[in-house]
Amino acid sequence: MHIVTAGLNHKTAPIKIREGLAISNGDLSDVLLSLKTLSAVEETMLLSTCNRVELYGATKDVDAAIKELRQFLIQRNPTIAPEQLTQHLYFLSDDDAVRHLFRVASSLDSMVMGEPQILGQFKDAMESAVSQGCTGVVLNKVLKKAISVAKKVRTDTPIGEQAVSVSYAAVELAKKFFQNLADHSVMLVGAGEMGELAGRHLVNHGVTRVMVTTRNFQRAVGFAKQFKGEPVAFETFRQEMLRADIVICSTGSSHPIITVQDMTDIMRERQNKPICIIDIAVPRDVEDGVRNIDDVYLFNIDDLQQIVTVNIEERQKAALTAEAIVHEEVAMMMGWMKTLETVPTIVALKKRAEGIRQVEVAKVLARLPDLSDAEREIVDGLASSIVNKLLHRPLVTLKEEAANANSTMYVDATRRLFSLDEEHSADK
Amino acid sequence: MTIPYFELTLIVYFFGAGLFVTSLAVRTEILSSLAVGMTAFGFVLHSATLHTLLFGTDHVALSRFFDVMVFFAWGLILTFLIVEYANRIPVLGSFVLPLAVLALIFAATVKQDLQVLEPVLSNIIWLHVGMIVSGTVAFALAFVAGIMYLLQERLLKSRQFTPMYHKLPPLDFLDDLNRKSIFLGFPLLTLGIVAGAVWENFVWNWDPKQISTALTWLFYLIVLLGRLLMGWRAKHAAYLTIVGFVGVLVTFANVG
Repeated sequence: MHIVTAGLNHKTAPIKIREGLAISNGDLSDVLLSLKTLSAVEETMLLSTCNRVELYGATKDVDAAIKELRQFLIQRNPTIAPEQLTQHLYFLSDDDAVRHLFRVASSLDSMVMGEPQILGQFKDAMESAVSQGCTGVVLNKVLKKAISVAKKVRTDTPIGEQAVSVSYAAVELAKKFFQNLADHSVMLVGAGEMGELAGRHLVNHGVTRVMVTTRNFQRAVGFAKQFKGEPVAFETFRQEMLRADIVICSTGSSHPIITVQDMTDIMRERQNKPICIIDIAVPRDVEDGVRNIDDVYLFNIDDLQQIVTVNIEERQKAALTAEAIVHEEVAMMMGWMKTLETVPTIVALKKRAEGIRQVEVAKVLARLPDLSDAEREIVDGLASSIVNKLLHRPLVTLKEEAANANSTMYVDATRRLFSLDEEHSADK
Repeated sequence: MTIPYFELTLIVYFFGAGLFVTSLAVRTEILSSLAVGMTAFGFVLHSATLHTLLFGTDHVALSRFFDVMVFFAWGLILTFLIVEYANRIPVLGSFVLPLAVLALIFAATVKQDLQVLEPVLSNIIWLHVGMIVSGTVAFALAFVAGIMYLLQERLLKSRQFTPMYHKLPPLDFLDDLNRKSIFLGFPLLTLGIVAGAVWENFVWNWDPKQISTALTWLFYLIVLLGRLLMGWRAKHAAYLTIVGFVGVLVTFANVG
């Protein structure tokens, strides 16, 4: 059996081509059903996200399978000329295909490396394929392995831990001040897009008290609703900063709106209670001198960018470890794929039986030292005939089924029933 | 006399401390995980040492300065292991382990037969020394939390996102650790002092030991009240606990 992959992703195809091929959830089961009719591809799965459309398959004939999958993708999108679509497609087989599958599930092939959504999408796609009966022994095993590799990458490497966007870096920064964000309140000054994103991330990380202020109070009211927060009049927001632990500024103001004098007054009343001010606005909303005031911590967009840059470097380092994990797992997977061939299984089964026969005969003969040679031969013959009779049907069936589509099922069952993959277990 | 496992404990902690300090310079957690393991192993040896000192010798337990230091370091490591287990902050070890190593080296350099306290009949010395040492462990933790607070505060203020910045816990956690340590340490110290006073029949004779103990107690009382009533916290509280612990060290030196 061979694994094949066909498809395109954000690296090989522009959005225009990707959206033409993308398959909506509603169409998914129909598409899976038509995939099932392909003759050369015995098992299939389809993964369609905004960054990729990929078909995975298990087949006995790689060339025929790839031909069918290419045809399938071309037919899915009649608006694009076949030659044009083909140049965006990639086709992989065997270890390349398995490696690709593992890398996709582990988010190593994602646009933002380490992003966590892909694993969920991968699982959903697998479930759909399984429920439609598209997968079988081989693909199920490979897909399950892909998920466990992805989990391993996530737990064994810090690939998904650090923020790689500026708005998310604001959360990471806030968490260096406050262990439990739920106990703290945030004030959003201005309704800039970055400020809104940072606010949303903070709320997702537990912040429950949000205050919002903009020059236009009506706008603040609407904005506050999104966060189930409290609108604050722009004229009085400096007094309200007494209640805030995190302040995020993103106004379009051309001059600073929080001055050293403002902040000195506020800090006098806060009694040394630290405040974290993140100024994402350009031009800046907070006077630079504010950072010299005790217990005030001021960060601007460059600081957040610096965090992101360092974190991206960390992700790239983590990716090296992750690739090593994938490499190892691919080798193990390919080893298992080999065992699915009928002939090696028959050989292994015979070897296992012969091993047991020899050990058991030797044991019996050791306990009966007085036997004549003829008698010893009888004992030996008895063991041989039991083993041969017992194995006769399984071996014949394996040979008969070798050419059939579900041969891997028999091979897999045989290997499990006789534990052919556990080396040395015969001695125990 | 030889103390079983004492040297081995010191060696294990020493390398653990080395790993911990090195781990501050790198982002991965491998070194600190390894160091936590080493510390736990050292702690087992340390416990065996302490057991012998408490129950296996002919002198009155905890009546020697050496025993007191070994007990102090033991309490410190135990507290570290508990706090690290509960909060998963191995970075604490980068500060606690060197302190424990220093305490043990200090213990090893003083004469082992040095008697701090005259041979006594009463068992109240157990209470006296035990409480004071436990209180000191709490103050040592407050001291470490204070140092970590000031370091993280510096890094945040100057916007240096170094590996140490990533490893140190949030400021409010450190402030809280500092607060809890003082709140726990102060009653222990007070009980210890009362036990000591009972043992000495409330005789006040202006010796340096008594004076520095009283000053230390007063200092922590002020810090505690400041926290409770005046809203002292954050940087200022961190500075105060560092000063306070220096006072504790002076008292220890006086006693020793």
